[in-house]
Amino acid sequence: MIPAQFGYVRPESVDEAVASLAEAGEDAKVLAGGQSLLPLMRLRLAYPEALIDLDRVAELRGVRDDGDALFIGAMTTHHDVVRDPLVHAHAPLLAQATATVADPAVRHRGTFGGSLVHADPAGDLPAVTLALDAVFVARSPRGIREIPAADFFVDLLTSALEPDELLTGVRVPKLGEGWGCHYEKFHRTAQAWAIVGVACAVRRSNGTVAEARIALTNMASRPVRAHAVETAVAGGPVSLDAFRSAAGAAAEGTDPPADLHGSAEYRRHLARVLTARALATAAGAP
Amino acid sequence: MPRVKVEVDGVTYEDDVEPRLLLIHYLRDRLGKVGTPIGCDTTNCGACTVLLDGMSVKSCSVLAVQADGHQVVTVEGLGIGGELHPMQRAFHQEHALQCGFCTPGMIMASIDLLRDNADPTDEEVREGLEGNLCRCTGYQNIVRAVRAAAEEMRQAPEREAAS
Repeated sequence: MIPAQFGYVRPESVDEAVASLAEAGEDAKVLAGGQSLLPLMRLRLAYPEALIDLDRVAELRGVRDDGDALFIGAMTTHHDVVRDPLVHAHAPLLAQATATVADPAVRHRGTFGGSLVHADPAGDLPAVTLALDAVFVARSPRGIREIPAADFFVDLLTSALEPDELLTGVRVPKLGEGWGCHYEKFHRTAQAWAIVGVACAVRRSNGTVAEARIALTNMASRPVRAHAVETAVAGGPVSLDAFRSAAGAAAEGTDPPADLHGSAEYRRHLARVLTARALATAAGAP
Repeated sequence: MPRVKVEVDGVTYEDDVEPRLLLIHYLRDRLGKVGTPIGCDTTNCGACTVLLDGMSVKSCSVLAVQADGHQVVTVEGLGIGGELHPMQRAFHQEHALQCGFCTPGMIMASIDLLRDNADPTDEEVREGLEGNLCRCTGYQNIVRAVRAAAEEMRQAPEREAAS
């Protein structure tokens, strides 16, 4: 299968990329690692008129320390995120979840920013950025815009980016002392998408849960926070029983899809079970 | 039409390509490198795996223009002077194939796996090859072959570096 014809632009800097995108108009797409976009183009489910290939924009790659946060360049590959010492030290949830994305060959090409902008509700990283309260940084000819994760994912395969906006990177707040985290992913085969996933970060203090943040993968047309569970565990004990009881509310406010991997009801069941497991592992419950 | 300059299996090629030309089609149809098959065409099966700057990629999901200025190694570029690469030899000796369609991709992904981990366990081999599917389900012997090659390559690391 061969993609439809398209124009091809290969900028070498962010300024050039932003200018190219603005000039190319609404029917252009940004090409990052291409591991989601190129398969869609081959199936003719996407047929952009032009591709802006970011491969040569070196300034979009890499992770840097930004004080109380990490700044992760949009073109940093999954492979590099998984190995980055700063990510391991300050955002281990991201390292753990990224290691479960697809397979090694896809992780060599696929990028952090690309998979976020793709906004697939079954993708693992959107829920992780939502749980970590990450902030998305976009550039356009109109300037720089910062978008909180809670506002970035709009709908199925739809982010809050305007057609002329380029995601340059994501600011991921560092988790300090007392935080534990875990990504619990349920899938049928190793390289498959999550049927349901749970991204969880828990801060313990004096043997109780001080604060929990929980985001669900593939439980709606975009990632969703399990606020009812977060409230229920806050101030309570670090115990599996307490987590199981609180996780009964995990499917509240969700609208899970039904497909050949499972019905909506099955996904609601998974959300409850996996949320309890994710909390227990993140908090180190006995 | 963009012009690309790509080193494939040690030879540098310069060609004008349509932007939509996939790397796998460039390798097979333009360069005659038909040792790399097209399997699922949907980024799932890994049959078309090649090394791009030493790292495994699925060549059905890379544009030829994205390989411009880079180095590609296919299964055809592994042998040196008519001698098989230790991974090819191990697949042969351990009979790590049935129909053989997935074999070129399995071999390339396995070489990439050992670059990361020179002495993988059975479990680590299975995990490292999660992106490569064998429809004959001949995984037992594939795992055996990768571990046999790993042992040989640990004893003769300079041969590995040469690939």
